[in-house]
Amino acid sequence: MPDRRAAVAGVFNTRQGRRLEGETTASLTAQAVRHALADAGLTLDDVDGVSAGATGSSLIYDLRVGPAWLGTQHGMSMVFEAAGAIAAGLAEVVLIVAAEAAVYTDRSATAPWTRPEHEFVIPWGMFTAAEFALIARRHMHTYGTTPEQLALVSATIRNNGHVNPDAVYHGRGPFTAEDILASPMVADPFHLLDCAMTSEGGCALVLTTADRARDLRREPVLLLGGGADYFGPAYRHPPAWDLRGRSGRVNGMIGERAAERAFAAAGIDRDDVDVLELYDPFSFEIIRQLEAFGFCKPGEGGAFVADGHIGVGGSHPVTTDGGTMSYSHAGADPQMLQRVIRSVQQIRGECVSGQIAGARVALCSNAGAGALFHLVALLGADG
Amino acid sequence: MAWLEPQAGPIPPTPRRALTQPFWEGCAERELRHTRCRACGRADFPPAEHCRWCLAAEPVWEAGAGLGHVYSYTVVWRPVTRDFRTPYAPAIVELDEGHRMMTNLVGLDTDRLRVGLRVRVSWHRVADDLVLPYFASHEEPA
Repeated sequence: MPDRRAAVAGVFNTRQGRRLEGETTASLTAQAVRHALADAGLTLDDVDGVSAGATGSSLIYDLRVGPAWLGTQHGMSMVFEAAGAIAAGLAEVVLIVAAEAAVYTDRSATAPWTRPEHEFVIPWGMFTAAEFALIARRHMHTYGTTPEQLALVSATIRNNGHVNPDAVYHGRGPFTAEDILASPMVADPFHLLDCAMTSEGGCALVLTTADRARDLRREPVLLLGGGADYFGPAYRHPPAWDLRGRSGRVNGMIGERAAERAFAAAGIDRDDVDVLELYDPFSFEIIRQLEAFGFCKPGEGGAFVADGHIGVGGSHPVTTDGGTMSYSHAGADPQMLQRVIRSVQQIRGECVSGQIAGARVALCSNAGAGALFHLVALLGADG
Repeated sequence: MAWLEPQAGPIPPTPRRALTQPFWEGCAERELRHTRCRACGRADFPPAEHCRWCLAAEPVWEAGAGLGHVYSYTVVWRPVTRDFRTPYAPAIVELDEGHRMMTNLVGLDTDRLRVGLRVRVSWHRVADDLVLPYFASHEEPA
């Protein structure tokens, strides 16, 4: 019986930086493609599927890999879509690529992708920090979660980036919770250091069947399970905690269903996870995800992070490369795929900093309640 | 602490659709409108072609009382673009009719903001062709 489960056979992150002088989206894309394939021990001749967001079709033409399967999803859904295509026999080797440079240059405004144009959003000066703040405020109101608990999350993740030589903000710490609270307020309760940065960079992943991956250069990392929760379009409707669907589930717990499905598909439980490469657009989202994914009870996330669980030496190490706060937050897709790449690096045991000894299973995530969607993936070592 | 006021300068143009035109026409007349389903009776906003719960066609527009409470809020100190003057306070207001909408809270000090605050619509002209429904405190000062 052939094993067509999807496996990550190769990964690569280009250099990341606030501004990468001399680089363009195209130059970063080419670097990411070359190095991810080299990591897998494959060449462009092996590729018969490409997923690169809106540029995927052009990339098939420019790489001369046609005829090939074309992915159309974004972020971690690119991995889910490619895995489905591989399992169903539509492709053998899929290249997933995302890169961005020289696009966001007007630093007097927030990044363009944080402020989509919509008639009930624009007049109120909304952008992502404000959207996510409305979620955090409800949790603070309901459970008594404090700015100090949020700041502990930021300090933990930023300190992971501080010691990561590949991070955009390498060497910028160490930070204490007091440092976070002393940074300028952006959108209450979020201080500047509670928020993701903006940067430039690229990355790529090579996916193939588990069977094929076993014959390649690197130890395969299997996609054990996934989940995707959507409540509607991001940044158009009020991001209410108790926005409710017919199932009774609420937006504030978005990702709960996705995590339940991922764990059920993988046949493992929370205790089997060694590292949590959580998406960290804003500090509060870590607290919310720990609750939604079932690592602690609703309302207990603030105390959970304050008890030291989420550090690299703790029981639930979180976002070990520094995440979007400190490692990199480039474009719409690269920074999301980098949660998957970091999970692969953890399972391979190749992280230069923040390596969790003996990590075999990683959980990673994308997006959050302020954006009305959340994705969860479980990745694991083979066998 | 800081006093919250409506935006004084021109804000970016607000794209509109035929579906939402009755709402903006209501704003010009200082009447806060939402839709109500003729079948199941639910109030809703923003409007949709069909009721989001029972899928009955063409919910009807009606005028609300403009009263409600703060569901959640934030205070922005680093503006989305230079068009916006800080601080301003984006909020989700739950109207007494049962639906919710985004707004900005004005006419009070930031230290009086809280979840559950009673509020009333407060109209402000921000451009020649745009009147916006801000919300202000509807409680007596303690």
